[in-house]
Amino acid sequence: MSTSVLFDVPGPRARRRQLVGTVVGGLVVAALVGLALWRLAANGQLEPDRWAVLFDPASGVPQALWEGLLNTLAVAAVGMVLATVLGALLAVGRLSDHAWVRIPVGVVIELFRAVPLLILILFCLLFLPTVGVPMTAFRALVLGLTLYNMAVLAEIFRAGILSVDRGQREAAFALGMRKTQVMTLVLLPQAVRRMLPVLVAQLVVLLKDSSLGFIVGYVELLRTARSLVEFFNFSFGSQYTFQLYVAAGLIYIVVNVALSQVARSVEKRTRRSAKAAAAADVELPADVQMGGGGAPTGQA
Amino acid sequence: MQFLSDNSDLLWSAFLTTLSLAVVSGLCALVLGTLLAGMRVSPVPPLRGLATFYVEVFRNTPLTVVFFFLAFGIVQIDLQFPSRFLTAVAALSLYTAAFVCEALRSGINSVPPGQAEAARALGLTFGQSLRQVVLPQAFRTVVPPLGNVWIALAKNTSIAAGFAVTDLTAALQRLANANADQLLAVFAAVVAGYLVITLPSAWLIRVVENRVAIVR
Repeated sequence: MSTSVLFDVPGPRARRRQLVGTVVGGLVVAALVGLALWRLAANGQLEPDRWAVLFDPASGVPQALWEGLLNTLAVAAVGMVLATVLGALLAVGRLSDHAWVRIPVGVVIELFRAVPLLILILFCLLFLPTVGVPMTAFRALVLGLTLYNMAVLAEIFRAGILSVDRGQREAAFALGMRKTQVMTLVLLPQAVRRMLPVLVAQLVVLLKDSSLGFIVGYVELLRTARSLVEFFNFSFGSQYTFQLYVAAGLIYIVVNVALSQVARSVEKRTRRSAKAAAAADVELPADVQMGGGGAPTGQA
Repeated sequence: MQFLSDNSDLLWSAFLTTLSLAVVSGLCALVLGTLLAGMRVSPVPPLRGLATFYVEVFRNTPLTVVFFFLAFGIVQIDLQFPSRFLTAVAALSLYTAAFVCEALRSGINSVPPGQAEAARALGLTFGQSLRQVVLPQAFRTVVPPLGNVWIALAKNTSIAAGFAVTDLTAALQRLANANADQLLAVFAAVVAGYLVITLPSAWLIRVVENRVAIVR
């Protein structure tokens, strides 16, 4: 990092100061971690047999957690496919030449982006059954995730389509292509390529958001951990609580870090390829990664 | 309408809870995120490492899991938040700070290198050049992404409902369970509550953005 313009390369004195600071800071962090571990040990949380239950097939815990993870991935996968397809359609609709397509699609996108995801899921879960749509927690979760993310993805696709050089479109029209052909053969392939990193990042967000199933009672990873805890509390007291929660949290982090790595390598690959050389200047908007969507006005 | 006015007390206090949740955690996240961004560009490698680690962990953890840990996990190390509201504030701030840090870091990167070089040439230390030269410019360029983080935060407060904070979403669940025939009105009122926060914010962000934008 000696290339940073913000500071000079540290000299001997600064290096010594940094070393002292590092050692002291390291000691403080180590002390805090030690304190936490000591409290955990004092509460008996570090005993090996408490952790062994996580890996002991006889207890049913690994199977249940695996099942929970599969349920999480199932919701996320269905949601990802639906949201991507619908998002692409909505993006094309929003760029349509016909006002009667453009305006309603715009309203749909803005509406679903502006509402908190949890409210959308609750709407699907609570309201739709009253108008005769059969609903399960799984369907409500998928539907909520799809509705929300298709709107976010539509904006991403739209930004991608608009970022394709104007000459491409004009050249395609000059060759005599129709509007549909221009869109499907020329603009969309380039747009998808360019927006691929953002797209994958948003899909990671979708996976993260599937943990909202915990609140609406879908048996995903977090809910599995919770019900295992309740089950064990009933039979053995609360001795496995902490271990199960840590396990669920770690699984989430591992899966998400893995997916983020995929996103990063995809980004690198698109950046390397000569055809998408311009992809480098597409910045990942912070809000897209945050899973809250952006400004509800579409100006983001 | 009759139904909504009957429950206006609950809705109003729920709205205030949501709003204060968003504002308090927004401020905490802004402070923490700025610190983290400063650490991420600092000359001290362990600080950089620590901040990177923080951001990576919190960006890859679902907010629900963060809530979950603060609500049920830290009891095991004999810590507890004095109230559910503070638990929610802590979870939202810790989570959002990672995104504030990322937004600010991209802002810091977008400040032309000449500015930092000039600051160094004048003999300013790292802290001085960051505080007086780089960050003020960075903040101006990141108004839109920071605004988006704020709006996302306002929407994310709804997750607190799952952890026994009586915000708008919790009010929605309560009213929906009690009044199955009035579902649409309940949903409309609650969504309107969120829009009252997000729409003016979006407008304000655009105004501020136009005000402070640096034309280069």
